[in-house]
Amino acid sequence: MAEGIILAVKIAIAVLFVLNLAGLLTWAERRQSAFMQDRLGPNRANVFGVTLIGLLHPVADGIKMMMKEDFVPAGADRIVHTLAPFIALFPAFVAFAVIPFGDRLPIFGYEVNLVVSEINVGLLFVVAVMSLAIFGVFLGGWASNNKWSLLGALRSAAQMISYEVTLGLTIIGVLMVYQSLRLDEIVRAQGDLLFGFIPKWGIVTQPLGFLLFFAAAMAETKRTPFDLPEGESEIVAGYFLEYSGMKWGMFFMGEFAEIVVIAGVVTSLFLGGWQIPWVSTAALLSVFPGWLVALIQIGVFSVKVVILCWLQLTVRWTLPRFRYDQLMRLGWKMLLPISLANIFVTGAVILLIQHFKGV
Amino acid sequence: MAIKTKLNFWERLYFPEIFRGIAITSRHFFRNLSNPFKNPVTIRYPDQKRFIHPRWRGRHRLMERNDGSPRCVACMCCATVCPARCITIMPGEHPDPAIMKYPISFDIDMTRCIFCGYCVEACPVDAIRMDSGIVSVVDYSRDSLQFQKEVLLKTS
Repeated sequence: MAEGIILAVKIAIAVLFVLNLAGLLTWAERRQSAFMQDRLGPNRANVFGVTLIGLLHPVADGIKMMMKEDFVPAGADRIVHTLAPFIALFPAFVAFAVIPFGDRLPIFGYEVNLVVSEINVGLLFVVAVMSLAIFGVFLGGWASNNKWSLLGALRSAAQMISYEVTLGLTIIGVLMVYQSLRLDEIVRAQGDLLFGFIPKWGIVTQPLGFLLFFAAAMAETKRTPFDLPEGESEIVAGYFLEYSGMKWGMFFMGEFAEIVVIAGVVTSLFLGGWQIPWVSTAALLSVFPGWLVALIQIGVFSVKVVILCWLQLTVRWTLPRFRYDQLMRLGWKMLLPISLANIFVTGAVILLIQHFKGV
Repeated sequence: MAIKTKLNFWERLYFPEIFRGIAITSRHFFRNLSNPFKNPVTIRYPDQKRFIHPRWRGRHRLMERNDGSPRCVACMCCATVCPARCITIMPGEHPDPAIMKYPISFDIDMTRCIFCGYCVEACPVDAIRMDSGIVSVVDYSRDSLQFQKEVLLKTS
């Protein structure tokens, strides 16, 4: 019983975290882009004159999308057309199941590991589930019976498969350093200190891996500079061209949920997850009660995730879109060889360390 | 025309240039964030209005004589010079023998006006001006944008 309640609370935290942050990001994206371009952005939607610095715009958008006509074009495959947004949205939420947002803590007499699902293949699970997102995109483009949609779907398939190679190869470097596939153990291992004073975060041990993973993960979200599948100036809106109303909204939400998930994965792999530098969980537990430590760790994790989300939005509003050949060149001729070299160098360094330590 | 610029090695690496770009956009972001009420250049239009200079060409208005009748002598100069042909004047004989003609009707089709200001320059008696400072010439139908003499006289 207690187990079930704890699990339900953990699931609620994870799902609400992704949902709320994704909803906030729709607002943040418009406000941030406006501020980056010396504009103000949306600040008009109000309830009785209360605008909440534009925070009501996502609400207004939600109402609008619910009320709009849900249009299925003639000749489209109705079932697949309806199914595609669901397939596109769900991987982002599922992938968050293995991302830890706190250590194993004693809370009200229970030993709680603050991660929804403790599975041994955690990292592989993330990659596997995130690559499922392509099915939503591709089915949506195929079922729409529209050539632009199909072109967008084709592009996204090519792009996502290309960048998944880099994504997978970069993870190997992390695995070699931390010797585990479980994200909670990887984060726990990042609490150690390197040479006695540098936190052993992934960004310190795998700086190149961080850049590669972040670039490849951004390509997975299909946002500018990697938004060829949408490419509104070339193929109108790409794979979700024939979607309207809440189905379109689900593609939209899925995109923002993916930003959050990628920020979560990058935080866990490279930025020490819930770790506060130089402050271990044991030190925290000796001062604060367990539930407060849990809140602190979730807060630290959230701050890191929000910073990474901000970085992704900044990149999105800074860089122009790649041309198709540039995209493929970047993926296959630059990121892939560099990620292979990264594995090689990491392996060599680990071997050297073992040699000198005499393990 | 495609201008080809040769990139040097540092620029071809791409990553340094990305960071430079991010630095520029972030600088704007944080500068505006530090003072969100002052720094963005946006003029919050319906609440805040831009200063309109006296010579700015807005909606037309017709000037009046001291007795309240239109100054216009229906010489047709403005209607002739108008490139958009939006001015239609129907002249009539004035009862005062000192004044030759007066406009029975003076219509401006605002849907066609291009705000060039030639009519103001052409007018020999300074009867038509565009200094009303009215920026937005908008309405829900074309008919309501046909301005008659009475409307133009009332515009100030």
